[in-house]
Amino acid sequence: MSGSNKSPYRQPGPEGRFGPYGGRFVAETLVYALEQLTSLYESVKDDEEFQRELADDLANYVGRPTPLYHAARLTSELGGAKIYLKREDLSHTGAHKINNTVGQALLAKRMGKPRIIAETGAGQHGVATATVAARIGLDCSVYMGSEDIARQSANVYRMKMLGAQVVPVNSGSKTLKDAMNEAMRDWVTNVDTTHYIIGSVAGPHPYPMMVRDFQAVIGQEAREQCLRLEGRLPDLLVACIGGGSNAMGLFYPFVDDENVDMVGVEAAGLGLATARHAAPLNAGTPGVLHGQYTYLMQDEDGQIMQTHSISAGLDYPGVGPEHSYWKDIGRARYTAVTDDEALQGFRLLNRTEGILPALESSHAVAWVAREARQRSADEIVIVNLSGRGDKDINTVARLDGIEL
Amino acid sequence: MSRIAETLAACGAADRKALTAFITAGDPTPDATVPALHALVRGGADILELGMPFSDPEAEGPSVQRSSERALASGVTLSRILEMAAEFRKADGSTPVVLMGYVNSVMRMGYETFAARAGEAGIDGLILVNLPPEEAAAAQEALARQGIDLIFLVAPTTTLVRALGILERASGFIYYVSLKGVTGAHHLDTVDVERNISTLRKVCHLPVQVGFGIRDAESARAVARVADGIVVGSLLVDIMGDHAADPEGIPSALQAQAGVLRDAIDTI
Repeated sequence: MSGSNKSPYRQPGPEGRFGPYGGRFVAETLVYALEQLTSLYESVKDDEEFQRELADDLANYVGRPTPLYHAARLTSELGGAKIYLKREDLSHTGAHKINNTVGQALLAKRMGKPRIIAETGAGQHGVATATVAARIGLDCSVYMGSEDIARQSANVYRMKMLGAQVVPVNSGSKTLKDAMNEAMRDWVTNVDTTHYIIGSVAGPHPYPMMVRDFQAVIGQEAREQCLRLEGRLPDLLVACIGGGSNAMGLFYPFVDDENVDMVGVEAAGLGLATARHAAPLNAGTPGVLHGQYTYLMQDEDGQIMQTHSISAGLDYPGVGPEHSYWKDIGRARYTAVTDDEALQGFRLLNRTEGILPALESSHAVAWVAREARQRSADEIVIVNLSGRGDKDINTVARLDGIEL
Repeated sequence: MSRIAETLAACGAADRKALTAFITAGDPTPDATVPALHALVRGGADILELGMPFSDPEAEGPSVQRSSERALASGVTLSRILEMAAEFRKADGSTPVVLMGYVNSVMRMGYETFAARAGEAGIDGLILVNLPPEEAAAAQEALARQGIDLIFLVAPTTTLVRALGILERASGFIYYVSLKGVTGAHHLDTVDVERNISTLRKVCHLPVQVGFGIRDAESARAVARVADGIVVGSLLVDIMGDHAADPEGIPSALQAQAGVLRDAIDTI
């Protein structure tokens, strides 16, 4: 299995680089905290007590393992490949984000830091962070763009119920990237007392590696479940990509399985040709943002461009550096679907399976709806259903002309 | 000898604390920048720091954030900033100009191209807030070939061992970040600064300029007492903001403010 000592895949290197991507492009003030976090993380990776504690939390608090569910009606409606859904939407708080926050909360506890902060787009990572903060009694502030606060009001209310302070961010595009800027500013100010829980496989080293490892439980389970149910590995893995944590979580444990294809689905927004999208792997160029060298949506002068996606969780101009590396070496393929297609995917899964997917995950469903028809019935596809869609009901209803 | 080394050596010899003044290029309009730089020199600035505005300035407080937004709205680009520097240099051959910003701006142009053009424009140094020494080798080599110093920062969280490593690679001066926080923060503790930089200055072969959080004459004086010089930014870019509707008033207002800071650090 990847990540084990036997795997030929060994990334990142010592400087936190995935090929040329990643690294640690941060203000000097944060270097010490990142070094501290890296060495702590390296030490707990093989620490039995830590791993036992984490496994216990994942089983009894998060509710893992999540099912690998055969979507029979979806499969027959599409008339092609056999489709399985990895049901991250069924984990506690309704998305895969909790896998990472549970792990990082244990780290914060070990560091003795009484306060945690996070950035959030759709609010799922904010909720997952506020949840673990409530559970272990840590002070918690969540930075959220004011535009996202407006379109994800249910999650804002949840975070407040959990005792977190939700801090509106009014700078720039008022979305996820600006929330991350503001969280970095908080961290640089309160670095002695505060641990920053980044919610994706993005940011400066060690976050892309650490968050990947915490999310890899998704792929580890899916791999075992598929072997048990089908007696073989899947042919194709599909996941949506904003920063890329649910995709990396599913993909990473299959990295050495050469016959398993992987497709990451970015948000094409109003269309890749319109520049109103959030698809840096499809239409971006490499540069530095939020501590990492990675594909970005940027202009000729290196300014980060405004992004657009119907789903707040994908509305980010960068992407985790390991995905940039995988794009270049061809280990995964990266495609994109529009807002309209994602909405069709959203409705399709409701109608055929009685499952309400998050708008983020609906991008993966939409791409599979297009792809499955081209594939034969003996091929197996696993779609990561990264979160549930209750939070998106208002957005979708409004598009139907209904105010709830 | 470079303009930075010459200027700081002259300050040292005259027992003069160096005043480094920061404004953002293109704030509030591209035409305002060069006259503003000359005004700062007239007011007593020894080194000019010219900010390259970036869309995501993650180490900046509200003043510099707003200044960057005004500058970007005015349509300024890195090419235009280099032209401004060249224009300034035509009339002022001695005051060092240091560009300050985020690595993506320079990386996008390409380190080699940037270094060559900056050299031609008479730029003396570069500060990239999010380029720690570990990531800086390629940029530093390209700049060194043009005689441009890559200025490194040292922070309150920098360990002594790490600081020694930074000093080994540093040239020009050391930019000491006075506090844990963003530019223009309100919690500067000069007792902390004094304690932290007294160790640094013992091992440092370069002059130490201290910035972040210097808000007025009093804090300027307190910090200058323990450093080789001070860096002031938020205070000055707020003046640019206040004069957004009246850009003609900027030079005299900046000159007056620089003069106040100059007087403050001259009377230690």
